[in-house]
Amino acid sequence: MAVIENAVEATAVAQPPTDKPIINDFAIVVATANGTGSQTANMALLRAIFKMGVPVNGKNIFPSNIQGLPTWYHIRVSQDGYTARRETNELLVAFNETTIYQDVRDLPPGGLCLYNADFRSLPTRDDVTMVGIPVRPFVAESGLKGKLGDYIANMVYVGAMAYLLGVPLAKIDEALDVHFKQRRKFVDSNMAVVRAAYQWANDNIVYNSLYRVEPMAATAGKMLITGNEAAALGAVFGGVSFAAWYPITPSTSLIDALNDYLPRLRRDPETGQATYAVVQAEDELAAIGMILGAGWSGARAMTATSGPGISLMAEFAGLGYFSETPAVIWNVQRVGPSTGLPTRTGQGDVLFTYYLGHGDTLNVILFPASVAECFEFGVTAFDLADELQTPVFVLSDLDLGMNNWMTEPFAYPEQPMNRGKVVTAADLQRDGRFARYLDVDGDGIPYRTLPGNPHPLAAWFARGTGHNEHAVYSEKPQDWENNMLRLRRKFETARQLVPDPIIQEEADAAFGIIAFGTTQYAIDEARDRLAKQGVATGFMRLRGLPINDDVRAFIGRYERLYVVELNRDGQIHKILQTEAPEQAARLVSLAHMDGLPLTARWVVEAIAAQEAGRKEQTSDD
Amino acid sequence: MINETKRGKENKLGLTLKEYKGLPSTLCNGCGHNSIANQIVQVAYELDIEQHTILRMSGIGCSSKSPAYFLGGSFGFNSLHGRMPSIATGALMGNHSLHAIGVSGDGDTGSIGLGQFKHMVRRNVRMVYVVENNGVYGLTKGQFSATADEGQVLKYAGENEFPPVDLCMEAIVAGAGFVARSFSGDAKQVRELLKAALHFNGTAVLDIISPCVAFNNADTSTKSYGYGREHEAPLHDFGWVPPAEEIELNDLEPGETRLVEMHDGSFIRLQKLEEAYDPGNKIAALSRLQTAHDNQEFITGLIYLNESRPTLAEVNRMVATPLAQLGEEVLRPSRQALAALLTEF
Ligand SMILES: Cc1ncc(C[n+]2csc(CCOP(=O)(O)OP(=O)(O)O)c2C)c(N)n1
Ligand code: SF4
Repeated sequence: MAVIENAVEATAVAQPPTDKPIINDFAIVVATANGTGSQTANMALLRAIFKMGVPVNGKNIFPSNIQGLPTWYHIRVSQDGYTARRETNELLVAFNETTIYQDVRDLPPGGLCLYNADFRSLPTRDDVTMVGIPVRPFVAESGLKGKLGDYIANMVYVGAMAYLLGVPLAKIDEALDVHFKQRRKFVDSNMAVVRAAYQWANDNIVYNSLYRVEPMAATAGKMLITGNEAAALGAVFGGVSFAAWYPITPSTSLIDALNDYLPRLRRDPETGQATYAVVQAEDELAAIGMILGAGWSGARAMTATSGPGISLMAEFAGLGYFSETPAVIWNVQRVGPSTGLPTRTGQGDVLFTYYLGHGDTLNVILFPASVAECFEFGVTAFDLADELQTPVFVLSDLDLGMNNWMTEPFAYPEQPMNRGKVVTAADLQRDGRFARYLDVDGDGIPYRTLPGNPHPLAAWFARGTGHNEHAVYSEKPQDWENNMLRLRRKFETARQLVPDPIIQEEADAAFGIIAFGTTQYAIDEARDRLAKQGVATGFMRLRGLPINDDVRAFIGRYERLYVVELNRDGQIHKILQTEAPEQAARLVSLAHMDGLPLTARWVVEAIAAQEAGRKEQTSDD
Repeated sequence: MINETKRGKENKLGLTLKEYKGLPSTLCNGCGHNSIANQIVQVAYELDIEQHTILRMSGIGCSSKSPAYFLGGSFGFNSLHGRMPSIATGALMGNHSLHAIGVSGDGDTGSIGLGQFKHMVRRNVRMVYVVENNGVYGLTKGQFSATADEGQVLKYAGENEFPPVDLCMEAIVAGAGFVARSFSGDAKQVRELLKAALHFNGTAVLDIISPCVAFNNADTSTKSYGYGREHEAPLHDFGWVPPAEEIELNDLEPGETRLVEMHDGSFIRLQKLEEAYDPGNKIAALSRLQTAHDNQEFITGLIYLNESRPTLAEVNRMVATPLAQLGEEVLRPSRQALAALLTEF
C-alpha cells in the first residue's frame, strides 16, 4: 500500500518548492468579492493562457449571493491536460480583504501571493512570496467609481499576473477580444488598465516568479465553452422549437444561451417571425407541463432546471412517462436536499430522477461528462425522447454547466433527426387502423398520431388514468397489467438506445473504477498517479440509464469496483447493485460530498484507504 | 338539452349531431357538467367545426372528465389536477393552428390550479376555458371548493368559514379579455356564449354554474339548480352572429342593442337588460361582480370583453406553420451556422 500512498503525495502539490522554474503546471486561485465583476478578469487570464496553447480549466467557487460575499476562481494550468480541481493552489490573487488571512494560510510552501497593497493588514508567512500591487491609484486615475472602479481593480491583477507569469499582453488582448465578442471599445478600455498594471509590475516588482507559463501547442483548434452553452447549442442543432423554464441556478445560463442563439438562427430577420418559442413559466410545474403539451403536439420541447425544480416536476414526470409523451429535461445539478448549497456542485439527483413519479415509474437518464457531450446529448436527448416517447432527463452539474472547459469544436450532427413512430394521415389511409398503445413491433414502443391529424382514425385521448391499447379509459386488471408490462418492455428497449459506457481496460488491472459525469477528470488523473506507482486500473464511465449489457459485462470482469460519485449515499452504486444484483457485492461505494468538484487526491486517498483496509482484513484471516 | 329536431340532420360538413359526441357520460344523472358537454356538442355541430382542429383539454375532477364525453373525433388530454393550463399552453404553442376547449372544475381552477389559471389568462393563450363551477369537490365526494359560499354547511366538511373566490373577477384581474358567467340550466345562453368564446382571439373564460346533484344541490346553495333557476339575472340577451351572416340593422334598437365586432368579423349581439351595463369597462365589470356578490345576486352573460390584447402565439411572433410541423431543414441550422457560432468561443 505504500505504493498508493506515494500517489496521494504526488497529487497534493504540483511539485515541491525548488529553485527551478515551474512551467505550465500549477494552479491559481483568485479571491475576490461576489458582484465585483471579476468574471471578465478571470476569464481574460484563463483564456490568455489557453491562447498560449497551454491546457487550462477554470472553476468558479462562488457564494449564493449577488454581492459582497467571498468568491474564488480556480485556474488549473496543466501541461498534461488535467482539468480536475486541485485542493492546493500555488498562486493566489488576494483581492478580498476579508479572506486574505485564510487564503494565504492555504498556500503551500513556495507559493506566491499577489495582493492588493491597499489592504490595511496582511498575514505573514516566511515560506510564501508576497507581492503587493497598489490598486487605488489605478482606480483613481481611471476616474471611475463604484462597480466600474471594482472592474478596474480586477483588471489590475490581470496585468500584474500576466507580468509575473510571463503571459504576453497580446494574449490578454486576444482573450478579451473573444470575451467581448470583438467589441473593441470594451477590449481597449480594459487593456489600458491591464497594460498600466503590467508596466507598473515591470518597473516595481523585483521578484522573479518561479511559476511561469510558456507557449505550447496543446490547445490549437480548441475552444473554451461552458456546459450550459454547449447544451443549448446542442439543443438548437437537435431541433428544439419550444422551451419553457423557470429560473434556477445553475441551469439558468442554459436557457440564457438558447435565448441568445434561437433569435439569431430561427427568426426571419425581415419579418421577425420565429420558428421557435421560449416561455418563462410561472414555476417548474408549469414549465414541464408546457413542454409535455408541446411534446404531445409534436414539437421538440425542453426545459432546464435544477434539484428543487425537479422536485416540483415529479407529478408531471409520471404523467409524461405514463401518457408516453416526449420531452427533454435538463437537470443541471446543484447540492440538495432542499435549497442546500445552491451554487455548489454535486450528483445527488440520480436516484430521485431515475424513479421520478409515483407508482411504477422509470426514467431514461443521460449523463454528459464533457462540454462535447453536452452538445452531443443536446441532440441525442430529443432523438431518444421522440423514439422512446417518454421524458428524457439529462443530468449535468454545476461544475460542467457553469464552468469553462476546453474542447474540440463540436461536430455537426450527421444523423438525420429521429422523430420516432409518428403515424401520418397518409399512413392511416393505407393501414386502415390505429391503436395508440398497441405494441406493434414488440419493442414496447407504440405508434402515435399528432394532434391536428385530420384522418378520422387519428384522434385519441391522452390521460394519466388507466387505458387500454386504444387509449380508452379502462380499469380492467388485465389492461392495466398489459400496459405496465409493455412500458417495461419499452424500458428494456431503452437499454439498447442510451449511449454506451466509455470503457478503458488495462492488462492486470487490480480493480475497476466506475464514474459518471464530471468525476471522470479527477479519476483520469488519479488513475495516472496510480499507474505511475504500478497500480493498473480498469475504468468505465456510465453515460446513461438504464444500464445495458456492456455495463454488466464490465462489472463482471472485476473482483472489486469502486463507484465514485458526488453524493452522500452512493446513488449510482445503489442503482448498479439493484440492476446487477449478481455482482452487487463487488461494487464498493466511494461517495464524496462537500459541494466542490472532485480532486484526484481524494480519489487516490479513498481508494488507498479501501485497499489498505482490505489488506488488513486478509492478513487478519 | 340537445335540440331533438336536429338529430340526424347533417351540417355543412355532412356530419350529424351524433358524430360530435364522445363516450357515454359516467357522471351522475342530472349533473350540470353533462348539460354543458351536450351544449359543446351542439355548438360544434352548429358551427360546422372540424373535430381534428379542436383540442379537448382538462385537469382532474368530475368536470375534467367531461372532455371524454364530447367531440370524440378530436384529440384530447386529461392532464393533472389544476395543471390543464400549462399542458394546453404547450400544446397550443406546439401547434397554434389548433383551437382548444378546456374544461375544469372550481377546485381544479380555483384551488390547486389558481396559479396556472391566472398565468394562462395573462399569457392570453387562444382557447375556451370552461369552469364547471359547482362550489364543491365532486370527484373526491363533497369537500368545499374555493368557490363555496361563506357560511355554507356540508355534511362532512362542516361550515365554510371563508369567502368564495370569484373566478370571473380573478380572470378579469389577470387580464382576460373574454369573461362570462352562465348557468348550465340556461342552455341557450351557454350555447351562445360558447360560440362567441370560440371566436375570441385569446383565452375566453366561461364560469358556468353547474350544480352537483350528489353533493351540493340544496336550494340554499348558490350553486344549486333551484337557486340558479330562481336567481339567474342575465345582464343582457346574448347572441352571436357568424362572420358570414349579414347584420340586419333594422334588428337593432339603438340604446338597447349593441353589436360588438370580433377579430374574425363575427359579432356579439347584446340586447341590454341592464341599461347601464357596459362589458367593455373593466372597472365597471369588477364593480358589478362585487355588487352581485354583496347582494347574493347571480348575474350571467358576457361580463367583460376586450379584444385588444395579442395572443401568446402572436406575442412570440410565430410563423404560420405550427412548430410541430416544421421540417428538419428549418429545425436544424446549417453546418455553416454551427461553424460560425463556434468561432465565438
Ligand atoms: C395533486 C392532486 N391532489 C388531489 C387530487 C384529488 N382530487 C381529484 S378531483 C379533486 C377535486 C375536484 O373538484 P373540482 O375541480 O371542483 O371538480 P368537480 O369534481 O367538482 O367537477 C381532487 C382534490 C388529485 N387528483 N391530484
Ligand atoms: S359528484 Fe357531482 S360533480 Fe361529480 S358527477 Fe356527480 S353530480 Fe356531477
